[in-house]
Amino acid sequence: MHFDIADQYRHRLSVVHLLDPRVKVVATFSFILTVSLTPTGVWWAFGCFLVLILAVAWLTRLGPMFAVRRSFVALPFVLAALAVPFTTPGSILFRIPGLGWTISEPGVIRFISILARSWLAVQAAVLLTATTRFPDLLWALGVLRFPRLLVATIGFMYRYLFVLADEALRMLRARSARSAHVPKSPRPPIGWQGRVAGMMVGSLFLRALERSERVYAAMLSRGYDGHIRTLDRFRMMTLDWVALAVVVMVLATPLVVALIQ
Amino acid sequence: MWFSPVELHIPDGFLSPMVSAVGWVLALVMVGFAIRQTRDQLGERQIPLMGVLAAFIFAAQAINFPVAAGTSGHLLGGALAAIVMGPWAATLIMTAVIATQALLFQDGGLLVMGWNILNMGVFTAFVGYAVYALMRRLIGESARTRLAAAFVGAWLSVEMGAIATAFELAISGTSPLRLGLPAMVGVHAMIGLGEAIITTGAIALLQVARPEVLAVGETAPGRKGASFLAIGLIVALIVAIFSPLASPSPDGLEFVAEAEGFLSRGLDPLYEVLPDYTVPFITNETTTTILAVFVGTLIVFGIAWIVGRTTFRREAEGN
Amino acid sequence: MHHTIEVNDLHFSYPDGHIALRGVNLYVSPGEKVALVGPNGAGKSTLLLHLNGILRGRGEVLVCGVSVKDDTLGKVRVSVGLVFEDPDDQLFSPTVFEDIAFGPIYMGLLEVEIRDRVAQALEAVGLENFEDRVSHHLSNGEKKRVAIATVLAMVPEILILDEPTAGLDPRSRRGLINLLHDLPQTMLVSTHDMRMVSELFQRTIVIDQGEVVSDGLTQKLLSDDTFLEEHGLEAP
Repeated sequence: MHFDIADQYRHRLSVVHLLDPRVKVVATFSFILTVSLTPTGVWWAFGCFLVLILAVAWLTRLGPMFAVRRSFVALPFVLAALAVPFTTPGSILFRIPGLGWTISEPGVIRFISILARSWLAVQAAVLLTATTRFPDLLWALGVLRFPRLLVATIGFMYRYLFVLADEALRMLRARSARSAHVPKSPRPPIGWQGRVAGMMVGSLFLRALERSERVYAAMLSRGYDGHIRTLDRFRMMTLDWVALAVVVMVLATPLVVALIQ
Repeated sequence: MWFSPVELHIPDGFLSPMVSAVGWVLALVMVGFAIRQTRDQLGERQIPLMGVLAAFIFAAQAINFPVAAGTSGHLLGGALAAIVMGPWAATLIMTAVIATQALLFQDGGLLVMGWNILNMGVFTAFVGYAVYALMRRLIGESARTRLAAAFVGAWLSVEMGAIATAFELAISGTSPLRLGLPAMVGVHAMIGLGEAIITTGAIALLQVARPEVLAVGETAPGRKGASFLAIGLIVALIVAIFSPLASPSPDGLEFVAEAEGFLSRGLDPLYEVLPDYTVPFITNETTTTILAVFVGTLIVFGIAWIVGRTTFRREAEGN
Repeated sequence: MHHTIEVNDLHFSYPDGHIALRGVNLYVSPGEKVALVGPNGAGKSTLLLHLNGILRGRGEVLVCGVSVKDDTLGKVRVSVGLVFEDPDDQLFSPTVFEDIAFGPIYMGLLEVEIRDRVAQALEAVGLENFEDRVSHHLSNGEKKRVAIATVLAMVPEILILDEPTAGLDPRSRRGLINLLHDLPQTMLVSTHDMRMVSELFQRTIVIDQGEVVSDGLTQKLLSDDTFLEEHGLEAP
């Protein structure tokens, strides 16, 4: 009963997979920052960045549509920006008959720019996760000055995610096994169902608490003293530095030109 | 896929870089405090306990119950974590969950993660906790009142996250407040109900099975500070919501007008450097007012914080 | 070093008042392999947790001649390798390598020594080249072995195992029994697996309701059906 909910890593023999995780983290973050700073409506710049991310995607040997497919996660949030074409002042592009709502040209440009930035950012994040093992990713964050304790906590969380998710899944299955619904009879009230869900959550909490006590005992048994100690995992090689330099240049150039214009 | 169904995970691109940067700074500060406070509270147990409980929240977010026509009620967990473990521990736990959701599933952006952590981790935890503690003080400390307090606390925590999100989107110019705020508040009123029901059910079980566990949250550090902080935040945000409705009388909004002017002047040089970056609404008076009040909110937030911390420290020393 | 376990008049109650151990006495000689049996709730796990200082009761506990006290815990935990019942409790790191390296890292060894220890520990349990594997992808049998490896990497003199064969399929169980047979350490193993007990352990201690009710030759114990039944046990 295994649950691979968090194994987003896809192993390939590619140059991107081999890069130091620190480079990948910095590159991804820089990419997202760059597209976020790209001014509205500068399509050629967005185009450059799209080409860049597709090129990286190709280098990862994950297939061209890989990142694109996974990028639809952010789709529901588009609704939040839906008001932009209607509320941005400017030359009117379109008038909705009957409602009197107007869609402005600047509004449409802004809306599409928001979507472009979001879409590009998500693809970069997808590629990062798919080419970097999560423990390596965490290690990179810790070395890059993220709070060490938080990184260690996430590491434990990641490890016990599967264990607890399995327990949650078992509870859900047990519940559905006992939830036979006879047609035409009234469904149990929502409040009751909610309380059942709540009890499952409470029960899961207790198991987590007890689990953490046993894990703590196991750590103590092997000499844990409250301090975080880890070994080095990676060393920066020439390839890593070169890749980093290339990425920075390819990101900075269009951005600076776009900003100056 | 284990999507968090509470739609507060803001993706990249929807908040302006400046707003995102502010979020990161605030989030890191809060996480830093959370780490220190939980270290004092939990000692060596800190990492395994926080880590496994974060895994619990992650897994618990998938436990749902049918509400109506295909939709279901879920748990975000900030309020529950805070009620049981205290607001600082909850902050740390939720931060771990939110960071992982963003990194692994792209559920929430990387640049905007600061605000996601604040909305879904810090605000939910502190508001949930403060409301819970306050209500218990007001209506008594029996088992039943605990459930009622948890219910209200959990519901309000979700609304707080939603309100804050609406503001962040407005300041960034993505979604005007007059549309975004009612939409967020409205949608999350229902979602908050699911949160409240599940949270209450969990607390009910703990009350019966392991009541001593609930005592942890009730003696956790930051309880005084949390109340001040949360109340300050709620008050400030209520003021922020209603301020545009107030008539522009010179006395009442003098401070606001000054802040607004100050801000416009401060932001001008930035606009000269990035001309294409002008957000259309910034010239809109209503939004500038709201912007100013939002900044004022953060200032009140900060003051309430400092007051809360010194008060708590004095109390602790007194013990 | 003595390689011994010595427990003198150990009493322990849990915070909720439940009395788990009522004056336990036992002595394990160097190199001995002893089984610890008894019904559920007898206090087996509780007793084991005293042997490396996780729990502290009234009475005396000495491992390798060292009394278990606050200032000797570090030393004790290197000498005594405690393997828990649920391997998921013990495999808390992202990779097998890191889990096995955990003990040596906290012992303060050099990186080169740590890598050596990991390799040797994996070899001892028959899982060479498992360094980069991820814990939650392993089978139950593999997890149990890695759990043992995490403890072997500290080169303990005494091995204590809680229910090592629980939840294993016949093949994994056989592999584990063979492994326990080959390991040289002084061993105390708590178990319900009476077939393993009769195969591996010449001496068996029976615990019931917090007390030692029998301590002697395994074969003698297994021939006394009345006694076994009295204490919730069955001959294989």
